Amino acid sequence: MNFDLTHVWPEIFVATMACIVLVADLYTSRRDVAYWLSLLTIVGAAALTLALPAGGRELTLTDTYIAEPLTDVLKMVAYGVVALVFLYSRDYLRERDLLKGEYFVLGLFGLLGIMVMISAHHFLTLYLGLELLSLSLYAMVAFDRDSSICAESAMKYFVLGAIASGTLLFGMSLVYGVTGSLAINEVAAGVVAAGSTDIMLLIALAFMLVGVMFKLGAVPFHMWLPDVYHGAPTSTTLYIGTASKIASFALFVRAIGEAFGGLESDWRDMLIVLAVLSLGIGNIVAIAQTNLKRMLAYSTISHVGFILLGFIAADGQGYQAALFYTITYVLMAAGAFGMIILLSRAGFEADELADFKGLNQYSPWFALIMLLLMFSMAGVPPLIGFYAKLAVLAAVVEAGLTWLAIVAVVFSVIGAFYYLRVIKLMYFDAPEGDTRIDAGVGMRVVLSANGLAMLALGIFPGALLALCGTVIPLALR
Amino acid sequence: MIEAGIFYLFATVLVGAAVGVISSRNPVHAALFLVLAFVTSAVLWILLEAEFLGIVLVLVYVGAVMVLFLFVVMMLNVNIEKMRVGFTRYAPLGIIVALAVAAEIGYVIWTRRGQLPEKQPLPADNYSNTEALGAVLYTDYVYAFELAAIILLVAIVAAIALTMRQRAGVKAQDISAQVATRRQDRVRLVSMDSEPRQ
Amino acid sequence: MIDWLRSLFSFLPPMLAELATIVASIMIVLVPLILCVAYTTYAERRVIGFMQSRLGPNRVGPFGLFQPFADVLKLMIKEIVVPQNANRFLFLVAPLLSLIPAFAAWAVIPLTPEFVLSGIDAGLLYVLALTSFGVYGVILAGWATNSKYAFLGAMRSAAQIVAYEIAMGFALVGVLMAGGSLNLQEIIQAQSGSVLHWFWLPLFPLFLVYFIAGVAETNRAPFDVAEGESEIVAGFHVEYGGMAFALFFLAEYANMILISVLVATLFLGGWLSPFQGIPVLGDTLLGASGFIWLALKSAIFLFCFLWFRATFPRYRYDQIMRLGWKVFIPITIVWLAVEGVLVALDVGPWFN
Repeated sequence: MNFDLTHVWPEIFVATMACIVLVADLYTSRRDVAYWLSLLTIVGAAALTLALPAGGRELTLTDTYIAEPLTDVLKMVAYGVVALVFLYSRDYLRERDLLKGEYFVLGLFGLLGIMVMISAHHFLTLYLGLELLSLSLYAMVAFDRDSSICAESAMKYFVLGAIASGTLLFGMSLVYGVTGSLAINEVAAGVVAAGSTDIMLLIALAFMLVGVMFKLGAVPFHMWLPDVYHGAPTSTTLYIGTASKIASFALFVRAIGEAFGGLESDWRDMLIVLAVLSLGIGNIVAIAQTNLKRMLAYSTISHVGFILLGFIAADGQGYQAALFYTITYVLMAAGAFGMIILLSRAGFEADELADFKGLNQYSPWFALIMLLLMFSMAGVPPLIGFYAKLAVLAAVVEAGLTWLAIVAVVFSVIGAFYYLRVIKLMYFDAPEGDTRIDAGVGMRVVLSANGLAMLALGIFPGALLALCGTVIPLALR
Repeated sequence: MIEAGIFYLFATVLVGAAVGVISSRNPVHAALFLVLAFVTSAVLWILLEAEFLGIVLVLVYVGAVMVLFLFVVMMLNVNIEKMRVGFTRYAPLGIIVALAVAAEIGYVIWTRRGQLPEKQPLPADNYSNTEALGAVLYTDYVYAFELAAIILLVAIVAAIALTMRQRAGVKAQDISAQVATRRQDRVRLVSMDSEPRQ
Repeated sequence: MIDWLRSLFSFLPPMLAELATIVASIMIVLVPLILCVAYTTYAERRVIGFMQSRLGPNRVGPFGLFQPFADVLKLMIKEIVVPQNANRFLFLVAPLLSLIPAFAAWAVIPLTPEFVLSGIDAGLLYVLALTSFGVYGVILAGWATNSKYAFLGAMRSAAQIVAYEIAMGFALVGVLMAGGSLNLQEIIQAQSGSVLHWFWLPLFPLFLVYFIAGVAETNRAPFDVAEGESEIVAGFHVEYGGMAFALFFLAEYANMILISVLVATLFLGGWLSPFQGIPVLGDTLLGASGFIWLALKSAIFLFCFLWFRATFPRYRYDQIMRLGWKVFIPITIVWLAVEGVLVALDVGPWFN
């Protein structure tokens, strides 16, 4: 038994602070208290994570918890993204009379769920982290309870999410039946020992993969994604579109990558099908969307296809590329949803493509920021999105799947169309209706930094890429 | 011998109750069948000398969860006939899934029939499974245990955040104000001279 | 006592002897219990009569002592009317469902230092599970009657039970922490020493919460909104008559006695003598533990039940909910935390 709590302090801190925020909010009528305390929590957790001794792979809490460089990096990204979500959300929520302490409390508990998943070394904790995140998200989607579309999308999200969790859990129970353990290292050893002739293990793998892909939103398990992105309050969409993708990455790495490392050749074929479908359907259906949130949802699906390509390469370089792509995508998506929040005001959501018409005429600066974000998503050099795609494609080619790389490139080119359409609307169309932007200074500054980061990271992609390379654990190389 | 008899008796009731849950037309009856199923499975657990689990099952599910469930079902007065319209359309799919699961269970038992131990030895007389459960729950699985507690907390927060609303114009009592009231707030003693008789 | 019964039946074949022993020992508990119920109803009418400056029943037999038997006889010969649109099966099963748990819970109650029907390890949980099971009788009766008044009573009862069961459970957790066991006999032994060793002192808030929640759990005044004779006529049993009504009545009073005995057991040392530990009395009859002490302690609480009924006006539904969720549960949680500190610091004489 190993009860060393050193590495668990960030989780303990976030859990404690979430409870404190919950109680503090009860005794004050100033909703900003919860907001600032939540940001403070994230800063504190980041400081704790940085202060922890970095080293190799360490297991604690009776081997249910893992700490390694990868977990630290993922957690730091999660902190950053959730902080961005909170920063962008405050004005949006206040304008809609939704600014309540519970929103930030749920956000913090969701963050805790993400952290638990990142550090999970046991199917039980992995599942509990997933449920913690999902439960917080269901509530955050339904947060605007007077809106029927919110309630509808929350219902869809809840029902489909529950089915996905059930599938995952069923897969886990089968794994337990075959290997006799739920600890990931023991499962991995058991999988290697059983080999790919054990049909029960293959069924388990299929179930678990379906569950994971559901959470990632890969085709054909993507049906919930556009509706939820569209129906949820934009601040929640931002959370789902960014922070939960980091969790999904961790989920895949732990549940499939590590635990089923011995069956790599089996899940690789399944992933190829899913990746091609995601790239195809995501990019083509996105063209038909008139709602920006829906369009970004389909674009997410296509980006998930790219992340899957990284997993398909499944060596050190593949995981490195997938991690790099995930981080990049999360930053881009944060900026894009941030733009929607920026333009929206009370009674106006700014989530239609037409709402971006003529942005250049009344706000050239933010038109430029949006331009950077869209170009980055499309994969135009020298923005970071380009290097992310490049890294993934290089890994795929390296793995000897040149045809897959070509398919990906073709669909990316098709996909570039709808990103460019947004830019066309901003620069070449005349503005319609009210052209006020009444976002606060803080939001403007952070969003600008977010957009410029696309450019800055694009010019110097080496450091982040190298970091992604060094933290991929040996078990996956 | 008697134990086997009791087992088969309650197992039959359990299966019957489970069938009743899905086949009864009245949702209240279905919920009551579910209660019966919980009680009988608790009995089966107690037969296996897992009395802690058995009693907790009754306490939590029968005593609390199903009471709330019945409360809601009775209150809403769901017309299940209306909901059942077109239900049989999905029957073939349901049967296929059920058969697949049954086949999986059968497969696992078939491939491992030699590996199953014939009979587990009975634990010693002073063995308390309450204690054994606690010893594992608070050591090996303490992390998962705490996480589960946090999930329940989130569920409470979410449920209250989504349903509690303060409507304007409701004449609700402020209990703390009522309790904090002193005599001086309500009654004023006025000293008056008595009035002369008219 | 069980050994004595066993020797009594030793002429039978072993299996039959065992069965006869079990049945006989159950009867030893049940028959006096039913008699107690009968005389509790009598006591109730006399006590409340006294409190309201009336006489109460005094015609049947000396001091009206045969009144309960007259009542039973009357109820037995009355017809049971099943309303036309009632769910017949559930309508008739409901009274049984409230009676059976009220009786079954007695299986784990230690009546003397030696005699308990079944000394199972998880006795405390068993009691909690069965007392919460009793609500089904009320809910089903209310629903199966197919009447608005009865249904309202059932709904109120369901919400009330769920609310108070949590407080009750937490109070029991406190007892469990103090006693270090779920076995009721061991909990009593953990209190031995003197009156100051009993758990009422370190667990005083839990003691109060448990007793009040117990009153609520038995649907007794001032928590009797499920019956609420002045607003919803008689609530869940509005359509019941004859023996079916008598069973509800029996269950309610059996539960009252059960709660009284449980409070006495968990917080006042059960069959332990209050004079235990006093040097002069230690060896005499007064210092010895026995059933008589349990009976006396329970009688105090049973009297409180009657006293409450004569004293307090009925709570309103929202007040009941508020008391349960916003007062009792926080009190119990806070006190569990306090108790945790006391246990960790080994505060004597209870936690060392």
